[in-house]
Amino acid sequence: MTDTMAPDKPAPHQMDRLLFGDNQFFGINHMSEEKARAGAMRFQRTQAIVDVLDIALAEGVRTFMCTTHDRIREIADVVRADPAKYGDFVFYPGMPYAHKYANAVTEDGYLGTLKRFLPSEGLFDAALRGGMSIAGKDVEGLITLLVDAEMKMFDGVNAPVIFLQNVVVDLLLGLGFKDAFRIFADHCRQRYAAEPGFITMNLPLLLRALEAQGVANPVICANMNKIGFRMSGGWEAYARAMDTYPCRAIAMSIFASGAIPPAEAIAWVADQPQIESIVFGASSRGNIRNTVELVRAADAQRALAA
Amino acid sequence: MVRVGVVGMGKMGLSHLSVINAHPGVEVAGICDSAKYVLDVLGKYTGLATFTDYDRMLADAPLDAVLIATPSAMHGSMVRAALDRGLHVFCEKPFCLDADEGAELAALATAKGLVCQVGYHNRFIGAFREVKRLVDAGAIGRVTRVMAEAYGSVVTKPKGSSWRTQRAQGGGCLYDYAAHPINLVTWLFGAPATVAGAALVPVFSAETDDQVCGTLRWDGGLTAQVSVDWTDTSVRKMTTRLTLWGTAGRLYADRQEIQLFVRDDAPLPDGYTAGWNTRYTTELSAPVDFYLRGEEYSAQIDGWIAAIGGGVLENDFASAVETDRTLAMFIANDGAVEANYRAPAVAAKSGIIGKLMGRRR
Repeated sequence: MTDTMAPDKPAPHQMDRLLFGDNQFFGINHMSEEKARAGAMRFQRTQAIVDVLDIALAEGVRTFMCTTHDRIREIADVVRADPAKYGDFVFYPGMPYAHKYANAVTEDGYLGTLKRFLPSEGLFDAALRGGMSIAGKDVEGLITLLVDAEMKMFDGVNAPVIFLQNVVVDLLLGLGFKDAFRIFADHCRQRYAAEPGFITMNLPLLLRALEAQGVANPVICANMNKIGFRMSGGWEAYARAMDTYPCRAIAMSIFASGAIPPAEAIAWVADQPQIESIVFGASSRGNIRNTVELVRAADAQRALAA
Repeated sequence: MVRVGVVGMGKMGLSHLSVINAHPGVEVAGICDSAKYVLDVLGKYTGLATFTDYDRMLADAPLDAVLIATPSAMHGSMVRAALDRGLHVFCEKPFCLDADEGAELAALATAKGLVCQVGYHNRFIGAFREVKRLVDAGAIGRVTRVMAEAYGSVVTKPKGSSWRTQRAQGGGCLYDYAAHPINLVTWLFGAPATVAGAALVPVFSAETDDQVCGTLRWDGGLTAQVSVDWTDTSVRKMTTRLTLWGTAGRLYADRQEIQLFVRDDAPLPDGYTAGWNTRYTTELSAPVDFYLRGEEYSAQIDGWIAAIGGGVLENDFASAVETDRTLAMFIANDGAVEANYRAPAVAAKSGIIGKLMGRRR
């Protein structure tokens, strides 16, 4: 097994119990197209998003797990501009924002897209890495180039975990595209001193693939909920895989898009020792506070029982 | 173990390859594309056997079946070559641009006992399956009217030329987008007797359509209106919707949910109450073993592989031909001059407007 840690091995990043997601800001709702549209309308001004992030921060939720949507750039600008207020604020970027690339590729073609997303160190390095990659049919240069392009907007803010989005993770996983996960993990650790994270809908299959690639103790984010919604293989397969292959698990979609009442959903999550963190989305102070309180209470109860 | 060859490494081909390669009952025995570069990268990192020539793959790879995801105009000849070798076929939609050719291939597949499916994945979405179940059970009585819609943000400015920008190659909103809601309607009610009022409207495209509307009519009075637009930038990702009005209620569905209204004097389907009912994707979707982009993509491949093993086949060639024929009816009816046509009045260049606008010398 390859050791993919950077040579100086910094202390591993400690993830918070509760992380804040961004689906609600960008017109994504897995239950209802109407609700999704209502969300897109409400959050079309960036300040509306910042206001909700401020509420989360006040409730002690300071990690923002977000896509690399163009508008996140504006959020990063706000955070960067006010270190006194956002000194503890943490981004977990998830890339790529697939729609952005799909649109760019249809509009500008592959080369135009690469140009559009060039990293800040300039044309030469990018052209060299990209060009060498293309000539050698070697994806390492292209993957690292795209990661750097996506990370541009997070210059100067705290981003200790970097995620690869599930559309890409699961596409590569199904293809059996060896090496991509290791290349991504090595680049996150070496260039950004960040933990590599992987979002997936196929956790058992992914953990086996990461183990085979020598990506040790990865951060994994996947649907984990009481009704088994979008968990390929179900909870038993998930728990077994996490017990077999050590990882740091973030549960998403714990409410299964609203199908499970909050208290019941959270009580179930609190009972699963494999789950280290929970990512949730909310748009109101009431819902944020309610989730924070339910998780604290459920964790306290579990600690008492233990 | 079913040995499958996959041809066409575009967006849908890669997605299908990922799903089918993860299927425990499938061995991918070859992948094929004319673009050597993409193929070489895939071969290098996946270890799959690669072919730049389709006939070579059919001849050299040990295959039981092929999955075809090439530009639509190539489907007919590729399907025929596979059937001639006795291979089962999964073909991307639309099936054949020439519906007569499609019908011939459907008959050939049946005669040879081959399991052949077309990739209309909406029929594998839980919400639309529930619509089919409810309509077949008469939950909203006799259906009298349907609205079939699809919207997306695909063509939002003029684009360079590719097969997707030319109708003759199978490009355009009718073949790519409208085919989905129309396929759902023909699933529920069969092929229509006529298509009227068809308008295939280019907005940004030079050689094909970007908006589609028209009215389907069946003997017996049922009508369905089709409203499809892929220039709608307000939509984040493709949305397909069905609304059905019947003598006993109304039923709405998109990929996420169904909303059923049942009259209080009508017989109720199991698990539903009079008045409004809502069911969400969380309870309507059956889990899949491997998930990529939506349950339906895996479910349709699982269904095909299971059908090869003797299971029930959905979306067979014959049903896809009904959709192809309906699409052809749209093209035939597009721009038809109606009996009630009124020619625009010839602009009069006299009077006050004419004096102001046209005669200032």
